[in-house]
Amino acid sequence: MLAHVITFAIDGVESRRVTVEVDIRPGLPGFAIVGLGDRAVREARERVRSAVLNSGFTFPARRITVNLAPASLRKEGPGFDLAIACGILTASEQLPLAVLERTAVFGELALGGELRPCRGALAVAEGVMAAGLTGLVLPARNAREAGLVEEVAVHGAEGLAEVVAILRGESTGAVAPAAEEGGAGAVGALDLADVRGHGGPLRALTIAAAGGHNLLLAGPPGTGKTMLAQRLPSILPPLSRAEAIEVTRIQGVAGMRPGEGLVSERPFRAPHHTVSASGLVGGGSYPQPGEVTLAHHGVLFLDELAEFPRSSLEALRQPLEDGRVAIVRGQRRAVFPAQVMVVASTNPCPCGHAGTPRCRCGEADMMKYQRRLSGPLLDRLDLLVDVQRPSPSDFEGPPAARSDEVRAQVVAARERQGVRLAGTGARCNAQLTATHVRSLIALAPRGAAVLRRAYDRGTLSPRGHDRVLRVARTIADLEDAEKISTDHLLEALRLRQGLGDAPEEGAA
Amino acid sequence: MSGAATSPPGVACPTCLRRARLLALVAGGLEVAHKRRRPIRDVLALSDAALLAAASGRTDERALRERLAAFDPFELLIAAADTELEVLCRHTADYPEGLADDRSAPHALFVRGGEAGRARLSALLGADRPLGTPQPVASIVGTRRASVEGVEIAKALGRGLASAGVTVVSGLALGVDSAAHEGALEAGGGTIAVLAGGADVPYPASKAGLYDAIVASGGAIVSEMPPRFRAFRWNFPARNRIIAGLAPATIVVEAAERSGSLITADLALELGRDVGAVPGPVLSWRSRGTNALLRDGATLVRDAADALELTLGIAAAHEALRRAESERTLPPATLEPELAALLAAVEDGQDTVSALTPDAAGASIVTAGLMELELLGLIRRMPGGRVARTTRAGML
Repeated sequence: MLAHVITFAIDGVESRRVTVEVDIRPGLPGFAIVGLGDRAVREARERVRSAVLNSGFTFPARRITVNLAPASLRKEGPGFDLAIACGILTASEQLPLAVLERTAVFGELALGGELRPCRGALAVAEGVMAAGLTGLVLPARNAREAGLVEEVAVHGAEGLAEVVAILRGESTGAVAPAAEEGGAGAVGALDLADVRGHGGPLRALTIAAAGGHNLLLAGPPGTGKTMLAQRLPSILPPLSRAEAIEVTRIQGVAGMRPGEGLVSERPFRAPHHTVSASGLVGGGSYPQPGEVTLAHHGVLFLDELAEFPRSSLEALRQPLEDGRVAIVRGQRRAVFPAQVMVVASTNPCPCGHAGTPRCRCGEADMMKYQRRLSGPLLDRLDLLVDVQRPSPSDFEGPPAARSDEVRAQVVAARERQGVRLAGTGARCNAQLTATHVRSLIALAPRGAAVLRRAYDRGTLSPRGHDRVLRVARTIADLEDAEKISTDHLLEALRLRQGLGDAPEEGAA
Repeated sequence: MSGAATSPPGVACPTCLRRARLLALVAGGLEVAHKRRRPIRDVLALSDAALLAAASGRTDERALRERLAAFDPFELLIAAADTELEVLCRHTADYPEGLADDRSAPHALFVRGGEAGRARLSALLGADRPLGTPQPVASIVGTRRASVEGVEIAKALGRGLASAGVTVVSGLALGVDSAAHEGALEAGGGTIAVLAGGADVPYPASKAGLYDAIVASGGAIVSEMPPRFRAFRWNFPARNRIIAGLAPATIVVEAAERSGSLITADLALELGRDVGAVPGPVLSWRSRGTNALLRDGATLVRDAADALELTLGIAAAHEALRRAESERTLPPATLEPELAALLAAVEDGQDTVSALTPDAAGASIVTAGLMELELLGLIRRMPGGRVARTTRAGML
């Protein structure tokens, strides 16, 4: 007898519908799985056999052929176990044929028949909805995540026996709680209140958060660059529900948070500088999302920027430009979302003590270091802030700011931008295109004169010109100012300077 | 010498051109002599025959002799012209007066300096100054791995000397050398770079921009080696003897012990020239050499005024300073009170945003203020997020 069961395969950060066809006919007992599965799929035979027997069902001693369709799609991972088991039960008439027409199943089986959580529950649930099905049965630990898709009846089961009970209508299993709210106002454990001193960097962090600008922190080792960067998510606007769903899907596919519901905090990813280009932007023969995708809607922190291999940083160029990564490997093409704010940190020179008598670096060392830094990525940074050692009095003083207060300023500034940017496709000033910069950002005559003076002095490149305008607009938004004042512009100019715009030393 | 500008100085003679060719031929052999720590002046003072014998220890002396015999002085003149170099020699009227005292002085000198490079070099070296006045030329040398302060001091000295009409001589090297050239260029003054390799090859390559700027601004590039010659190690101390020889005073800014800059100072002393040194922290390796020079009796140089006094003597230095005084960068009288206060705080040593304000709200104001001061040319940005008051012409 032939049975069809619908399940889903994870492909990048999305799911693809897969039909499991199970055919049982008389013959020598055997169990074959075809349909371009990987090793984990082939090993499903042993898991499914034991799980079926240990759950109190009979395993047909006949010839069993399982086909995973479409046969052209590569299938990997243990998520097909449950579908294969259900197919065998249906084909051997231990389960009514009709129950699996409108319901998909998904999950890994243990030998004892228990269900183990799998990656990508939310992506699967979205696939179920898109395929027009009504129900999804999957491991109980995945139910909260899958339950975020309200249109699908999600049932979580502890084991194969419970799955059968659910399918027969004898149980509902663990039902996901009613739609969870996005983590409005949720501030993580890291708060700006931990920071002492650092007035300049805090200001730059606020501006960066308000306009979505990329930021470079420069300073000697141990002065707090990483500490500051880690606290950036706490002052960014809370995730909207749509954003939170996207982040949850990505983290679910990456297997980062089994058993949990909606993500409430913006992601913060800090890949080590030994990361490869494909580790950073994604890759592999089955394209997997990289760090930049895992940081989608959050912060990508590149600590010790100069230590990153140039090839990795070059690879970041397109994602930062487009907000997504397109990866082509062999005949496979995958597109991953990648809207991130980049925060990078660097020492001011190889020894880290530039500007102090402790510095041992000569001009040649500095040039070599600068050369490693300069490049496509530096061009995409909007703000450069120097982080100095806090003074002893800073340590004794009160915290300079609290995350919730700063976040309120940032949210207000973003709302102002939202009104102005409506219809441009940009969500914050940093995303404005050059055309929109010209049409939406105006300077008073005095401000224009200042900018001109800076340009004439050679401290500003044509590319830097637009970036300064965007940052100046954000500073004005932070103060709820309709027009960009000269002071806004001066502050933006100084924060942008030194990012590859400085004229070559001595070269006239 | 004042007649040099009117009557043609003459063409470099075949003997001196042959010597330049010989130096290039035996350059590899001289490298051996250099490694044995033979004083560079003793080697370069040898006659052609003795030099050939001394340097061809390993290479075949006869082959060298034959190649030298086949040398055609015209070919070298043409090669120089092709690379936009002009040649002068010990026997032309425009040979630098400072080199005349040196028994090991270069026989021929290759000059790049625009249309009339030789005339320009003569002018830069003060050949047409009134009789009896000091030669307005000073050499500034120092470590390639200069500190931020060292670079600033070298620049300020270059600026100060140049704005008083003194030509700054140095070696285009990284660190102090190029900072001195840059300072001179900033002040719109004259500067001469002496290279170890051919005068047509910018070395180090990263200073090609500075090389071009020197030529474009009316300065000159000089070398004793023929065009396209790539320097050996011994060429650097040899180059240093020219730097020391061209100027009546040599000033050392930051030098480690046993460094090339100290060699330059020694070479200057051997010629009986004045040597000045900028003092530095006793514990810093960069100051060991300069502090040692001071202990041995070098003139202490704190700023451009001291450097001028060393070069021109007290009277002329005061005159030059008085002239430069009127060109200072003074804060405009109309500076807003907040900006004036900020400038005062920076002058007071509060040189970072963090030092100037504790919190983020203050940082916003201070950042904008610093930018305005920077655009007004009153402060400049330093590495490590520091700012510094712009040094006024001639002063530190």
